[in-house]
Parts: sequence; structure tokens; C-alpha cells
Amino acid sequence: MTTVDRAVPPGADLPEHADFLWRNPEPKRSYDVVIVGAGGHGLATAHYLAKNHGIRDVAVLERSWLGGGNMCRNTTIIRSNYLWDESSAIYEHSLKLWETLEEDLGYPILFSQRGVLNLAHSLQDVRDSVRRVEANKLNGIDAEWLTPDEVKKVCPIVNTSQELRYPVLGATYQPRAGIARHDYVAWGFARRADEAGIDIIQDCAVTGFRTAGDRITGVRTTRGDIAAGKVVLCAAGTTTVLTDMLGLRIPVQSHPLQALVSELLEPVHPTVVMSNHVHVYVSQAHKGELVMGAGVDPYNGYGQRGAFHVIERQMAAAVELFPVFARAHLLRSWAGVVDVCPDASPVVGKTPYEGLYLNCGWGTGGFKATPGLGWSLAHMIANDEPHPCIAPFGLDRFVTGALIDEHGAAGVAH
Amino acid sequence: MQLITCPYCGPREEAEFHYGGQAHVPHPADPGSLSDEEWAHHLFFRDNPRGPFAERWVHALGCRRWFNAVRDTVSYRFHHIYRLDQARPETP
Ligand SMILES: Cc1cc2nc3c(=O)[nH]c(=O)nc-3n(C[C@H](O)[C@H](O)[C@H](O)COP(=O)(O)OP(=O)(O)OC[C@H]3O[C@@H](n4cnc5c(N)ncnc54)[C@H](O)[C@@H]3O)c2cc1C
Ligand SMILES: [Zn+2]
Repeated sequence: MTTVDRAVPPGADLPEHADFLWRNPEPKRSYDVVIVGAGGHGLATAHYLAKNHGIRDVAVLERSWLGGGNMCRNTTIIRSNYLWDESSAIYEHSLKLWETLEEDLGYPILFSQRGVLNLAHSLQDVRDSVRRVEANKLNGIDAEWLTPDEVKKVCPIVNTSQELRYPVLGATYQPRAGIARHDYVAWGFARRADEAGIDIIQDCAVTGFRTAGDRITGVRTTRGDIAAGKVVLCAAGTTTVLTDMLGLRIPVQSHPLQALVSELLEPVHPTVVMSNHVHVYVSQAHKGELVMGAGVDPYNGYGQRGAFHVIERQMAAAVELFPVFARAHLLRSWAGVVDVCPDASPVVGKTPYEGLYLNCGWGTGGFKATPGLGWSLAHMIANDEPHPCIAPFGLDRFVTGALIDEHGAAGVAH
Repeated sequence: MQLITCPYCGPREEAEFHYGGQAHVPHPADPGSLSDEEWAHHLFFRDNPRGPFAERWVHALGCRRWFNAVRDTVSYRFHHIYRLDQARPETP
């Protein structure tokens, strides 16, 4: 029988294994720039250092695996409808980059501009929301105020009955906002950075710094000392563990932030809905899971897990707003460690140490900033001067009092 | 949900308590003499350790009294709970 000599082992006709997206090089003993943390921010910064400034002698050091921090734990909401001019500038810069990022990276990131609704449930909510819409319009950001009936048209499954304990009185709407696939974004940036010759080194924890007077000269790591012309901290929730080693105080507190997904469902939810007042937000991922979350767990925590009663309350709020979810099953929940600032805005800037740059305090909302921050931080590293988009976010604002209070736009909403 | 032992009421569910952040941050003895920098540090800068942390809690849905605790910020385990007029226990 001819089939015998044509015998094909099972699986042999499958396509070749896909190429690896990045190398796993041994660390060199010295680089021009060392970035601590291979989350979204570290990887985007590396990409724009090479792309915009031709700086390629760069290492991104990651203590665990690429994207294993908040980058691949977040709920991927992207928007730019923050209140103040300073925030509008950086988040809108970022949103514009998102709109062409897939072409820039040459990699699918499933960026879907399905719009974001921020619900209002009280008179104060309504006033604050209308004010934010007007502020957004003045900054050239797409923003609309919707009545409950208009909310229902955008998202038919929201319960707009006025009989609710906290009825929906309206919503702000940003049509250009949306979601993306966070792991693809991390991989896309990593692939581009790697192609440019940048070393991404996983399993390499920074354990200390080398200094000469008030100059940073390198880092100590679990894989030996590495000299560096410039060191950039993109360590998100664990930033103060690093800055404590330098006696540098940063006004952030690390909190658990939880999220959850349901089983896969048919498409039922066309947009993103957030409610600061009843404390929950929901979108539906491309695969079909409902993705949900809300504010941080109240206490400081580095445990990458949170308390059950916190998500129990979020689910009560979700079911009241979306009665259709009542019989959905939750599949899993998890948490990241987010670094929260007193004014709910990030800290990005130079430090008292020459050659040391700080990027932290993005708390619950730094995913959307990934391209815009990477672009601006690369500019600061290349020019030793903050890019205009991040200049207002330096540490000095806590001394001058020029705080950028975004609790309204960033407390529960991410 | 974990049980937190209120020094006045005994063990109660975590949901009855509110968090108050870092403990033992004294009000400046002579507020008028502080520089802007010193005010910034007093108002906005707090320790954020990975490990044991001395912090304030209030039994909001119980006796409504404040107390201090040393809690591990990684395991979330409470090592010590003590009254406001007591010093921070030495270990851990
Ligand atoms: C549950 C959840 C939901 C969220 N939802 C949203 C959302 O919808 N929209 C939004 O915009 N934002 C959201 N965020 C926030 C967003 O994820 C973060 O602000 C953002 O990811 C932070 O930047 P990053 O990606 O660089 O951080 P990370 O991915 O956390 O990167 C930091 C990296 O540094 C590494 N590192 C730390 N210390 C060291 C060391 N000593 N040596 C080497 N490496 C080190 C860590 O391992 C980590 O990989 C959410 C966060 C969470 C947890
Ligand atoms: Zn009590």
C-alpha cells in the first residue's frame, strides 16, 4: 500500500513555528541607556529612542518576563478626555499615536475606537461631566454630553430606568476612545526595539545603583553590574523600592488594582462604559469576555492580589447597570500593583541625580499613555530636557503647588 | 476577606475598617517655619515599603476609633495591632 511510504507523523504538516519576536541576548557590560522595566512604558521608550533619535545602544532590563507587570494585566481602556490642559496634551498626543500605531509597529494591536461613556448619576456628577466636556472641546478633543436616551442609543444594554438607586442622568462620550490588545502592544514595541538592535533582557532584576557623586553611572543586577550613561526608571508599582536605595523620595503609594473577566459571550456590548459613582466599568474584549474593574483596593499592597469584597461590590454595581449580565459567569480575576500619586497624575522628569530619569505614578491609567509617554520620555533622554507634553509632570509640582488634580477623570475610570 | 483585630472590639471583618495610610507622621512642631519643600514632604510624601509597614486604620463601622498596625504589604498579614498611644513594636 502506497500510504505506508507516505506515512506522515501527526502534526508534521503544520506550518513552521513562528519566528521569535525578539532575541534573548546576554547583557553587555555597558550601554548608553539602561531602561529598568519591560512593561509598555519601558518598551515604547526604547522604540522611540531608536526610531526618533537614532539611539540604539540601549538595554531594557526586566526582572521577570516582558509585559508580566501591569502591562498585560490592565483593562486596555484608551481615551484622552481628562480635565486639565496638561493631561489633555499628553493623553491626546498619545491617542493620536495610537491611531497610526499598527502601521508604525507593523504588528496587529486590535486598536478599536468603539467610544467610551462616562456615566453621571448625581447633579454634581452632571455638572463635573459637562464641565469636562467643555474643557475637552476647548482642547480640540472629541467630547459630547449625552442624555439618558442618547446613552441608550450608543449602548442599548445600559439600564437607564430612572427607578435605579443611582439612575443614569447622562454621560460624557468620547467616540475616538476605545480598547486595544495589551499583550500585542507590548510584543509589537518589543519586536521593533529588538530589530533596531536594542537588547531586551528578561530575568534580570535591578538590585542597586552605581553612582559617582550625584551622577548615576550604572546599575547592579542579578546578572552582574552594568554601566550606563543614562538610567531610566519604568518600574511602575515597584518604583519606590528602587528610589529608596538612592534616598530619593517619590510621592507615590503602591496599591493592588483588580480586574475580572467573564466567560466568552456573543457580542452584546458595543462600547466602553464607566461609572465613577456606582464604581464599575465594563467593556467586551474582541474574543467575547466582559472585562470589568473599578478603583484600587484601599491599602498599600505589592501582593498582586486584592480583597474579595472589593470585586463583589463591583459586580453588584455591574449587574444593576447591566441587568443582562446577571447570569454571566466570571472566569477569573487578578491584580496588578499600581503606583498612585496624590493628585492622580504621573511623575515624569529629571531627578537630583544627573543621568537618572523618572517615570512613575501613572497609577490606574498608564496603558493609554504608552505611545505618548514613550515618545516624550525618549525626547527627554535624548535632549536632557523634558518634552513639552511631560514638562508639567515633574516632581517640583509638589513644592510649587501646581498639582494636576485628575481624581474626577482618573479615580475609578482608567 | 480577612479578620482585623480592633484593639477595642476584637476580631471583625475587614470591610468594617477604613485605611489611613502611614502612621507616626507628626504634625510639624513649628508650622510657620517650614519651607515650601518641607511642606511638600509633610503633605504629599509617604513611605511606601515592600514589607512591614506601620499604618493607621479606623474601625469605621464599629467603635469608630483609630489605631495603628504593622502589616506586611506583600503578604497583607497583620503582625501587630496597637493603640495610638503605644510605640511601634520593634519587630519585624
Ligand atoms: C487591573 C488593572 C487595570 C488597568 N486598566 C487600565 C486601563 O483600562 N487603561 C489604562 O490606561 N491603564 C490601565 N491600567 C494601568 C496601566 O496598566 C499602568 O499604568 C501601566 O501599565 C504602567 O506602565 P508599564 O506598562 O510600563 O508598567 P508595568 O507593565 O508594570 O512595567 C513595569 C515593569 O518593571 C519591572 N520591574 C520592576 N522592578 C524592577 C527591577 N528592580 N528590575 C527590573 N525590572 C523591574 C516589572 O517586573 C514590570 O514588568 C490598569 C492597571 C491594572 C493593574
Ligand atoms: Zn472597634
